[in-house]
Parts: sequence; structure tokens; C-alpha cells
Amino acid sequence: MPDNETVTDLGLDEYKYDFVTDEKPLFKAEKGLSEELVRQISAHKDEPEWMLEFRLKALETFYSKPMPNWGGDLSTLNLDEIYFYLKPQDHMERSWDDVPENIKQTFERLGIPEAERKILAGVGAQFESEMVYHSLKKEWEEQGIIFESIEDGLRKYPELFREHFATIVPPQDNKYAALNSAVWSGGSFVCIPAGVKVEIPLQAYFRVNAEQMGQFERTLIICEEGSQAHYIEGCTAPVYTTESFHSGVIEIVVKKNARFRYTTIQNWSNNMYNLVTQRAMVHENANMEWVDGNLGSKLTMKYPSCYLVGERAHGEILSIAYAGDGQHQDTGGKVVHAAPNTTSQIVSKSISKGTGRSTYRGLCKVYDGAINSKSNVECDALLLNDTSRTDTYPYIEIDENQSSIGHEASVSKVGEEQLFYLMSRGLSEEQAMTMVVRGFIEPIAKELPLEYAIELNRLIELEMEGSVG
Amino acid sequence: MSEHLLEIRDLQARVADGGIEILRGVDLVIEPGEMHALMGPNGSGKSTLAKVIAGHPGYEVTGGDVLLDGKSVLDLEPDERSRSGLFLAFQYPAEIPGVSIANFLRTSLNARRSEEEGDLDVFAFQKLLNDKLGLLQVQPSFAARYVNDGFSGGEKKRNEILQMAMLEPSMAVMDETDSGLDIDALRIVSEGVSTLRGQDDRMGVLLITHYKRILGYLQPDQVHVMLNGRIAHSGGPELADQLEEMGYDWLHEPEPEPVG
Repeated sequence: MPDNETVTDLGLDEYKYDFVTDEKPLFKAEKGLSEELVRQISAHKDEPEWMLEFRLKALETFYSKPMPNWGGDLSTLNLDEIYFYLKPQDHMERSWDDVPENIKQTFERLGIPEAERKILAGVGAQFESEMVYHSLKKEWEEQGIIFESIEDGLRKYPELFREHFATIVPPQDNKYAALNSAVWSGGSFVCIPAGVKVEIPLQAYFRVNAEQMGQFERTLIICEEGSQAHYIEGCTAPVYTTESFHSGVIEIVVKKNARFRYTTIQNWSNNMYNLVTQRAMVHENANMEWVDGNLGSKLTMKYPSCYLVGERAHGEILSIAYAGDGQHQDTGGKVVHAAPNTTSQIVSKSISKGTGRSTYRGLCKVYDGAINSKSNVECDALLLNDTSRTDTYPYIEIDENQSSIGHEASVSKVGEEQLFYLMSRGLSEEQAMTMVVRGFIEPIAKELPLEYAIELNRLIELEMEGSVG
Repeated sequence: MSEHLLEIRDLQARVADGGIEILRGVDLVIEPGEMHALMGPNGSGKSTLAKVIAGHPGYEVTGGDVLLDGKSVLDLEPDERSRSGLFLAFQYPAEIPGVSIANFLRTSLNARRSEEEGDLDVFAFQKLLNDKLGLLQVQPSFAARYVNDGFSGGEKKRNEILQMAMLEPSMAVMDETDSGLDIDALRIVSEGVSTLRGQDDRMGVLLITHYKRILGYLQPDQVHVMLNGRIAHSGGPELADQLEEMGYDWLHEPEPEPVG
């Protein structure tokens, strides 16, 4: 039986029982993108007809749009060499021995428990996180909260899903949003019912570990009126995948009087192209906050955005980017003021080390009629070496005179005087450098849940090793 | 060879990468427990001497030596000098935004502990910090602030004294710690220095100052005058009074013509 042969080839003996009970036809992943592939994905997921049509149309849009000629260098990204769809089993074809030594060492030094390391490296059994997820899920369900995989969301809540899906980030938005729309797989579907306040952050970490992370993840979050929640995605441990392309779409609706915070810290392996579209539609008197940390990857292009469409809506984007040797972080934020008395704030901090490059790219748009809108943008870049680079591209488009927009940018180098001062108190040069960097990101680190802040700090320490010549 | 606490022998130094020569043969000896004042007009090389002693990378030593407890420190990095017992109170301390004073102090203390000793216990650190804050009559909330970030001149100096109290150096070089201070702050700084000397009667202090007024609070064992990169004159505390009265000009005569 050819299907079984495939399994044997992949060395998946330990999963063969899972496989045998799988009723679906085995899907053989192939490199490259085609209409046939999109049809197969949709069929494999048993999707309704409208979703297949949506995907196919998005694929056309993807083909018709030119590659972006701004941002990072995408010329070395070869889409023909990429697997656009991998089932969970395909992700598991590695053994612990295949995981590169430096990744293992990083896990070791971050003090990540054995079981968790294997999950992060994509090789482990996932029972533990499944258990955590299921016990939390029970609690959430009692409050009426929906927290499912995006596939289950479509299956179990078809109307709610269809009402919001792709309304915030339509496929026509940009080339990679179109690509994601065509081949999306994995991600979360969340709905917080009206008036419900979720005290404990919803952590995608557990849910995603229970299913493996998708390359083209798609997340849809709906915050009904007056609800409050905090969603955390990702973790600071390096995500090791053999795939080198990640292109996600995150859509969030924050309805009247609701408050929502989305925190994500991602640390990709340094061969990764990470192109993500994250956008929130923020309604009357609602509040949306993005807390975004980007480490690792070869190139990240990511600009969380808030569309302030209701009066007195407030949007906030806090981001940290760390560009190590050979990495380019092209990140920032986008706020669109489309209603009166809306307010927004962007605080962006970037650190560039070695030959790393960080770019702040931001847009602040105020539509005619959005009177008394206020926006404040602050971006600070820290350069660690003479070879590090930073650029700032703040775009400001104002159609309403009665509004106030502030922009402050600073670039600093870790100064000789700062280092000398710290060293004169007994700190080694590396400790001194690390201390300056930790202080620099402190305003954002303190917004993170404690365990994330601690991990982030430890990670920065690791990144800083060898930063001193 | 006799072992002084600090011995500076014919020290010559210039701005790094072949810049102008600033120290042109400084000699100075400080014994344990002694406090010396170093005075002199602007540009005479006082602050440069302080930085060279501490190992500032902006200067290079072209001759002579600096010995702490009889051992040359010139080959040591600034952090190694600190861990050997040297402390420099800065004229213009750097700002380190986002780093609390407490965190900075804990890291500094841990940096001078051996691997076997391990890091200082958090509670032990807190107790030590509270003791020193009490000793110097500083509010505990001070230690939660970011290092020198947005500090007034007086607060920066207070922070220097607090660090000195925590690190307990054997030899403290205080670079114009009194400049830019109002009378109250000046009193706090000088009382702090007196208090710390009272705690450790072996600690040596080199007090670099442009003004005589801090000497109204602190009584040095010796006063030195620096001119053109050299110690031109040394004497007892009465020298400070003479300088106050007559200025520096009367000391100029034996000096050779400045280079260049």
C-alpha cells in the first residue's frame, strides 16, 4: 500500500497507530503552488464550497499582484521550493537527533523542560500540552468563550465564522495576505461573548502545541461588545522548523466598549522569511493593544495595525525587534483614524547587532472628519556595533486639520561612556552591554506577563553573548 | 618595595589614538585611611587623572605607572580595576534608562563574587541595600529609579555615594563630586563620604575638586595642586586657604612652557 510506504519512509513508526485510525486519505505534500494544491487543501479539510471559492480567488489575486518592491529583500525567496501544505504528520518527520546543536543548546540554557523542548523542536509527543489545553478549555467553555483551531471554528460556527472571516484583512490587501488566503492552514478561532471578562490570558501556546504550528496560520478573533481578554501567542524559545517561510494573517474585531490585547513574541530560526499581516478593527469606545516582539528570522515584515472606526476608539502598538547578524527586521505599526476622537500610540524599539538591520516602517492615517484625533509615535533604535544598521520610514497622511499627530524618533549607540560607567562598577563589557539593552527594552518588557518577560530577558542575554569583540 | 594603597609614578597619558598629551608626569602616594584633595584650574588634567586611574578607553598611558596595593593596574580592564577595590565617583555619571539602581547594584555586587560564592541571596542583598540607604539617609524608593535617568545634579551625586557605600572600595577617587551642587546637596555628599570613612578607616580617598568649599566639610590630610598635567605643589590643609586667597597664578612660575 503506497500510503503505508510513505509512512515507513518517514520513519514514523511511533505514529503509525495515529495514522491507521486516520480516516482521511493521506495527502502527499508537494513543493510549489498550484490551483490543484489549493483544491486539495480545501478537500482535505472538508471545507464548504464558499471557502474553496474564496481560496481560488485569493490564489488569482496572489498571482496578479507584483512582489512588493519595498521592505526587505525577497529576491532569494523561491516559492517553488516551498511546501505550501503539510499535514500535522508531515511536520513530525524529524527526530531529536536532527535538531541542530545550537537550537538544543539554546533550549538547554533557557531552562526549557525536556518535554517542552521536543515540542518546540517539532519532534515530541504532545500529550502534556493537550492535557493543559483541554482542562483550560473546559473553564473557557463555561464562560461561553470559543477557543478553537481555525478549522474547528469553521466547522462548528459556520455563520459566525463567515460573517467575520477576511473582512478585516481581505485577500486583495497585499500579495502575502492573498497567498495566506489561498493556502491557509492552522491558527486559532476565538470569540469572547458580550460582557465577558477573561482574567487569565488565553494562551495559543497550549493549543498550537497540541496541533503543531502552521506555516500559513490564520487567526480570527471576535471580541463582542464590552468583553475583555488578553491573548498570547508564541513563545520566546526559538521555533525550529525545516520550513523557511511563514506568512500568517491575524484578524481581530474589537466591538463597542471591548478591550483586547494581543501579545506575541516570536523567535524564528534564522533561515525564516516571516511575512505577517495583523490587523484589528476597533469600534466605538473600544481598546486594542498589540504587544509584538520579533526575534530571529532572516527577514520579518510585520506591521500590526489598528483601524479605529468607531468614535473614541483607542489603538496601541508596542513592539520590540532584535536584528542579529545577517537578519533584517522590517517592522512597525499602522494606525488609521476613521472616526472622531480616536486616539493611538505606537512605541517601537529596535536593537541591531553585528550586521543586523532593523527598519521602522509606520503609517499614521487620519481621514477627513476624524476630528480631535490624536496619535503619538515614538520609535527608538539602538545600534550595538558599527556594522549594525537602522532606518526609519514614518508615513503620515492627514486629511483632517483638527487632529494632532506627534512623531519622535531616536537612534542611539551603546555609548562608550555608558559602558565605561557600568564597567567601572565591576561589570564585564558583555554584562554592561546586556544591561544597556535590557534597560532599553524595559518599557515593553514590563508589559509582558512575568514569565515571558523573564524568558525574553534571558534570551537577550544569550543573544548578547559574543557581541563584544 | 613599600606597598602604598595607591601609588602614581611619573604617569603620562594622552588622548587615545595619538591625541594631545594631558598628564605629563604625575606623582602621588596615598596611604590607607588617608584623604587627599586634588585641586587645580580647569584643564589642568584633574579629571583626566581620575579617568586614567579607572581605565577609561579614551586615554592611553604613555609612561609611568599606577599601582594599587603595590600592583600595577594599567593592564587591567576597568571592571577588573573595580573588582580590585578601586572606585571612581563620576563627575558626569552616565544615564542607563530602564535599569533600576537596585538591579545595577545587585549585578555589580554579584560581579565581584567568585563562582563558588555564587550570586548574593536576594534577601541578603535587600538587607544590605536597606542598611546603606539608612546609613546615607536616602529614601528606599530611590533605589527603584532608573540609573541617573532624569536625575538632578544632586541626585546623581547621591547615587554615586550610594554605589560607593555598596561596593565598599579600598580606594575611592571622587571626580568633582561637589560640582553643580547646592549647599544642602554638598552637605549630603560630604557627610556621606565622612560616614563611609567612619565605617572603613582604611579606605583611601582622592577628592578632586575645583572649589575649596567642600573642604569646609571634609578635612583632607594633604592638598595637591595640579597645573599643566603635573602636581605642582603639595601641602597640608592650609594650602587650600592659600589658593582661595591667592588663586593659582603664584604657582605657575616654576612650570616649563606648555608644549605646542
